[in-house]
Formats: sequence, C-alpha cells, structure tokens
Amino acid sequence: MLRVRGLRKSFGSLEVLKNIDLDVNKGDVVAILGPSGSGKTTFLRCLNFLETADAGSYTLDGKTYTLGRTSRKEIAEIRRKTAFVFQNFNLFSNMTALQNVTEGLITARKMKRYQAEEIGRMALDKVGMSERAGYYPHQLSGGQQQRVAIARALATNPEIIFFDEPTSALDPELTGEVLNVMRQLAGEGMTMLVVTHEIAFARHVSNRVIFMDEGVVLESGESRGFFEAPGEKRVREFLRALEKRDV
Amino acid sequence: MLDNYLSERWINIFIDSFWKILLPGLKLTVPLTAVSFSFALVIAVVTALIQFGNVRVLKQLARFYVWVIRGTPILVQLFVVFYGLPSLGIVLEPFPAAVIVFSINEGAYASETVRAALESVPKGQIEAGYCVGMSWMQIMWRIVLPQAMRIAFPPLSNSLIGLLKETSLAANITVAEMFMSTQRIVARTYEPLLLYLEVGLIYLMFCTILTALQHMGEKRLQTYGGRKMRQGDAGHR
Ligand SMILES: Nc1ncnc2c1ncn2[C@@H]1O[C@H](COP(=O)(O)OP(=O)(O)OP(=O)(O)O)[C@@H](O)[C@H]1O
Ligand SMILES: [Mg+2]
Repeated sequence: MLRVRGLRKSFGSLEVLKNIDLDVNKGDVVAILGPSGSGKTTFLRCLNFLETADAGSYTLDGKTYTLGRTSRKEIAEIRRKTAFVFQNFNLFSNMTALQNVTEGLITARKMKRYQAEEIGRMALDKVGMSERAGYYPHQLSGGQQQRVAIARALATNPEIIFFDEPTSALDPELTGEVLNVMRQLAGEGMTMLVVTHEIAFARHVSNRVIFMDEGVVLESGESRGFFEAPGEKRVREFLRALEKRDV
Repeated sequence: MLDNYLSERWINIFIDSFWKILLPGLKLTVPLTAVSFSFALVIAVVTALIQFGNVRVLKQLARFYVWVIRGTPILVQLFVVFYGLPSLGIVLEPFPAAVIVFSINEGAYASETVRAALESVPKGQIEAGYCVGMSWMQIMWRIVLPQAMRIAFPPLSNSLIGLLKETSLAANITVAEMFMSTQRIVARTYEPLLLYLEVGLIYLMFCTILTALQHMGEKRLQTYGGRKMRQGDAGHR
C-alpha cells in the first residue's frame, strides 16, 4: 500500500538518509528501530512531507509520486490519506480535546460541525477519552494528551498512521495506556509505521521490523525472526543494550 | 483673606475647566486613540504574518516599513503628513492626518510585539495542523493567532495606554484634543500649574479605566492554559 524507493535526504552537507526503501502492506504494523541520530524521525517526516526529501519515488494507494518534485496538490492528496502522531503530542493548546479532533474535519475538510463532532466523539471513545472531551490540553496528563492526539489522527480516517516515538515523552507509568490503544488499533487492522524504543511493542505488536543506522536500513524482516536471530552485529548490540535498560 | 480668595478662585477654575477639557477628551482623544489603535492592530497582524510566513518581497517591504517608522520621531511623521504632503497636493484635515500617522506608527511597534508572540507558539502545533490537512492561512487563523494574541495582550494593552497619552502630540497639527484645549484655557486664565495638573489628572483617569479593562481582559483570556502553553517536554530525547 505504501512503497518507497531510493529516498534520500540531506541537511546541507549532512546526508541523513541514504537510499531508503520501504514496503508497507495493508494492516501491517511496522516498527522502526535504531540508535539516536540514525534518521528515523527525519524518515517519518519525509513520508508526511513535514520534511522535503531530495529524491526517491513514493507510491501510496496505487499512485506514484516523485519525491523532491511533489506539488502542493499532491502533498495535500497524500496528507488526506495519512496521519501523524508526534513524540510531544502537539495538541492545539487553544482547543479542547474534542475541538482538537474535529478541527481538521471542519476547517480542512469542510465537514458539518455536528457530523464532525459525531466522528470526533467516536474517535475519543476509541482511545478512552470521551469523558475528557471538554478538557483543554493543559488539563490532561501526557498519556491522555497522546491518546487525544491519536484520536485526532483516527478522525481523519487515514490509510496509514505514522508514529514518532509516541511514548518517549511520557513518564514510565503512562506509556502503558498509550501502547494499549496502539495495540488495539493494530488488532483492528490499522496500518501503522511506528518509530519506537519499546522493544516489547516491536516484538509483540508489530509484524515487521526495520533497523536503521546512519541513514540506511541495516536490517529488516518479520518481527519473530528478527528478534530471535538478528544477522547484523550492530543490531545484536543495540537490542542487548535496550534489553538491559528494560530490566 | 488672600488665601481664601486664591483657593476659591482655583476651585472655580478647576471645576469650570474640567468639563471643557474632558469634552474634547471624549470627542477627540478617545476616538483618535480607538480608531488609530484598531487600524494599528490590523497593520500589525498583517505585517507580523508576512514576516512570520516568510512571504518573499513583501517581507523585505515589511522590514523596511518597521525600520523607517521606528527610526523616526512621531512628531516628524506628524509634520511630514500634515504640513509636508500639501506640497505634493495632498491636503488632509487634522483629524484624519493624525489617525493616519498614529495608525502607521503604532502598527510598526505593535507588529514586533505580535511577531514575537507568533514565534512563541510551539512549531509542532503548526506541523500538526498541516498533518490534519489545514492550509497555512487556516493554521494561522485558527491556531497560531488566537494563542499569539493571548500572549500579546498585556504588551498590546501597554501600547494602547501609551498611545492614549501620545495623542496629545496631535495638538501640534491643530487637532483640538485635550492638551490643546488646556493650552487655550491657560492662555485665558494664566493658571498653568493648576490646569496642566488638571489635564494630567484627566489623562490619569482615562488610563486607569484602560488598566482596569486590561485586567478584566486578562482574566477572561485565562480559559485555557493557566500555565505556560508549551506541551510535553518538547524536543528530542
Ligand atoms: N532540521 C535539521 N537540520 C539539520 N540537521 C538535522 C535536522 N533534523 C535532524 N538533523 C540531523 O539528522 C540526523 C538524524 O536525525 P533524526 O532526528 O532523524 O534521528 P533519530 O533517528 O530520530 O534520532 P532519535 O532517536 O534521537 O530521535 C541527526 O544527525 C540530526 O542532527
Ligand atoms: Mg527521533
């Protein structure tokens, strides 16, 4: 459903992404692992055009785009089919939880308010936040804010959701509620691409894993095999270090 | 006896002139302030947005405007527009001339306040707006400006109070506002101390009302975010 070939991205003279390929099928949950600074965030941002890739081809839903030469209209088209969940939530602080979820529907998609609110309430219900629909972001805990952000992503009915370390800004005791919501979405067949340091999530929820290092995909494969017997030495070391931390 | 006579005369002049100063205040100073400030706000928001959004060419123009206006005295600006422009065949009535100068002048200063406030809204919210399909204009209008104006409210209130007092400079281009009316009464009664203190008191009254309005406004704006409007502990780990 999403297919990327030869994606490249440099910041000035710093080449951050060197020729990345990616295939995501419908219903896939793909975890992206890798050390800090390997380009995971930049990759995800390129896929949603928050960052402009220099080159590569991008196929979404059967339609192919040339990266580095995508028009505004094409970007808008792609964004209608995708959603993004940020590390630090990025809820609109001047709006309640419900308004956060309905804003895109009403302003960008010109949906009627009552219709948008119906969808918004369903989305909030799905992440267990319907009771807090009228709360402003600053009145919510980090975990609750992230769940609202996920509801905001769901409301636009995307084909795929990109998550950039959705639990990294949370206190340890709050990561569970967010991961549970994501596990539930995975169970319902939502297609997700998740940058994460949560090994347990990658191991048990995702069906495929991609390991990035210094701007290249070092290894990728089915989650099961990947964790059992990673081929690359770098990957083994990385996993061992993470597991030590988790104990 | 003399003492008694003096204080009685002072009280009479004070009471007599109070209304004569207050009336031009209500008829000229207040409207001049209110109209100029409204235009200034529009100019400020547009100028700030142009710079914030990095609009080519227009951005250079905006910087140039702010540079020129902030770098020249408002008295000079008043004289250029009222006494200078007629040489080019542009003759303006005193009041409109004053409105034009105060709007443009205040707009330049306020644009910097608004621009700083726009910059202080977390960038991530703009990105989130793009991700749900909103356009730049929609994001500005619905998300960034509402938060920015809340941040800019106290400094802008400050500017409004400053402007109210600054309008006394319009006396120089024959706008018969409070200060000029006072000067006229002084010329008749020869009581400069009493009358200039009196007009100062009336300015103080107006500013007190504005300050009270500011406090009320700030209270009402506290509906969202008592604490600073940053979220999470932004940035990468
Ligand atoms: N806007 C930018 N300008 C210049 N360099 C950047 C920019 N954004 C990222 N980089 C650089 O690109 C590289 C990859 O960064 P990126 O944030 O994608 O890594 P990451 O894998 O997400 O790391 P982390 O696990 O710490 O989040 C880093 O060297 C970073 O310094
Ligand atoms: Mg990152």
